[in-house]
Amino acid sequence: MAERVFTSVIIACAALVVGALFWVLSDVVSKGFAHISWAFLFSEPLDAGRSGGIAPILVATLWVLVIALVVALPLGLAVAVWLSEFAPKHLRSTNYTRITLDILAGIPSIVYGLFGNAFFTLYLGLGYSLLSGGLTLACMILPVFVRTCESGLRLVDDDWRRGALALGMSRPSAVWHILLPAAQPAILAGLVLGIGRATAETAALLFTSGYVDRMPESLLDSGRVLSVHIYDLSMNVTGGDDAAYGSALVLIILIILLNALAQCSADSWFKRRLNKA
Amino acid sequence: MSYCSRNDRRWHRILTLLAASLAVLLAFILLFLLYESWPFLSRLRFEDGPFQNPGWYPLEGRFGFAPMIFASIAVTLGSILLALPLGLANAVFLEFYASPIIARGFRLLLNLLAGVPSVILGLWGLTRLVPMITQWQPPGASLLAAILVLTLMILPTIALTSASALASVPFDLRAGAAALGLRLNTRILYIMLPAARPGIAAGVLLATARAIGETMAVLMVAGNVVQIPSSLFDPVRVLTANMALEMGYAVGEHRASLFASGLLLTMVVWGLSWVAYRVGSTTRRPHTNG
Repeated sequence: MAERVFTSVIIACAALVVGALFWVLSDVVSKGFAHISWAFLFSEPLDAGRSGGIAPILVATLWVLVIALVVALPLGLAVAVWLSEFAPKHLRSTNYTRITLDILAGIPSIVYGLFGNAFFTLYLGLGYSLLSGGLTLACMILPVFVRTCESGLRLVDDDWRRGALALGMSRPSAVWHILLPAAQPAILAGLVLGIGRATAETAALLFTSGYVDRMPESLLDSGRVLSVHIYDLSMNVTGGDDAAYGSALVLIILIILLNALAQCSADSWFKRRLNKA
Repeated sequence: MSYCSRNDRRWHRILTLLAASLAVLLAFILLFLLYESWPFLSRLRFEDGPFQNPGWYPLEGRFGFAPMIFASIAVTLGSILLALPLGLANAVFLEFYASPIIARGFRLLLNLLAGVPSVILGLWGLTRLVPMITQWQPPGASLLAAILVLTLMILPTIALTSASALASVPFDLRAGAAALGLRLNTRILYIMLPAARPGIAAGVLLATARAIGETMAVLMVAGNVVQIPSSLFDPVRVLTANMALEMGYAVGEHRASLFASGLLLTMVVWGLSWVAYRVGSTTRRPHTNG
């Protein structure tokens, strides 16, 4: 008897969670699907976003993401390589770098927003702009990306390193041609995590990339990203809910598309590396 | 690996510099938080500190954080209270009840839920949950709505970390319990869950850190009235929401007070992650929950 009650409670809890998830997703998909069209994607917002489209917002979203990735990817890979290949294994500084990364990863996103506002927009004088938003996001996704890549590199079998050494490869070229391709799944996972966090982020961008919903003309222009658009439509614009759901669906589709793109491009890039090597 | 050429050494130096730049970034973040909040912190005295309650009237120079700190704690505790039993039940379902295919699908769904952007959960809460609560107990946007939305957000973290903690319970314990002829529910409740306690506790602490730092979802459904709530249906404003709402126009000491609350929040989150690390490192195993 007790066992049957226990089993049904467990299954009911699982069903509850699945139900809640489907409730959220079905709402977003059904309400969003009713609102999106080609015109919605490719026209300017009108009437504070109630009607019209989200073209400038999509452009701003992609720019901010591109800036964040262009800064965070090379830097993150370099630090990950240093941590797993070059850093002195038992030295304090290596450990400190890891602790620093964990601390950075734990900072709430709104605090990154405060920092970005104080440092990038005011101190460096970039103003409310795509550039300061992208740089703030780069700081935010960097620690998670480094940690994922580093753990992937660490898992590469030492035989590969010895083999490269035996072939007389220099260390940089061993890293480039052998270790990075071998750690591809982890690097990809880090990339997907970073893209997901950066695209979904709202709080860190409110005071760095700003609210302006015009088409950004340069990187120093302020631009409103999709998540900020959703927030603004639902909180500050009465009657903006439909457009907000449309934007929410676009955001979800965008994240899925970007992940697929990351998967494909990482695959082809690493394949080229392996063939050359 | 101890051989070194000149080329290697050059690369080593460049990469070391880059890694050092991360430490500089951390120092920068801390310095800027401190620098910006200094006008507020320097005036802070113990007698009229943030835990006394002069009220939150920033334009009159009265910065009482107490209601918002209280609201943050209430929202976080409430969501943990809901998400912990639900998440544990889901972890048990994943580990002991679901067939491999169902377990894979369920894990995928939990990861999907973890990946829903918080602003979308906030939007859903605002347009779905809040109207439902309004019909029952106006005004709707309330502590309860914030707790429910936040529960959805942190539940996958708790479920997935607890599942991997359960999976790493030593095989001897499982086999011993089964050999004693204990029923499945007895085994789970009295053997498996207690054995997995450190891992579960670490997951809960990480979820707490995430909940207390979450901004958008709470901001959108909590109603944002600065007050100490007297019931679940009162609107509240949490610390993070306060920063998001007022940073746009805050100047001078008001701005400094917002940075000070950011500093406070960061310290709390670090404290929680540190405890989680200490608690979890006793049974730390490599696991995947991304």
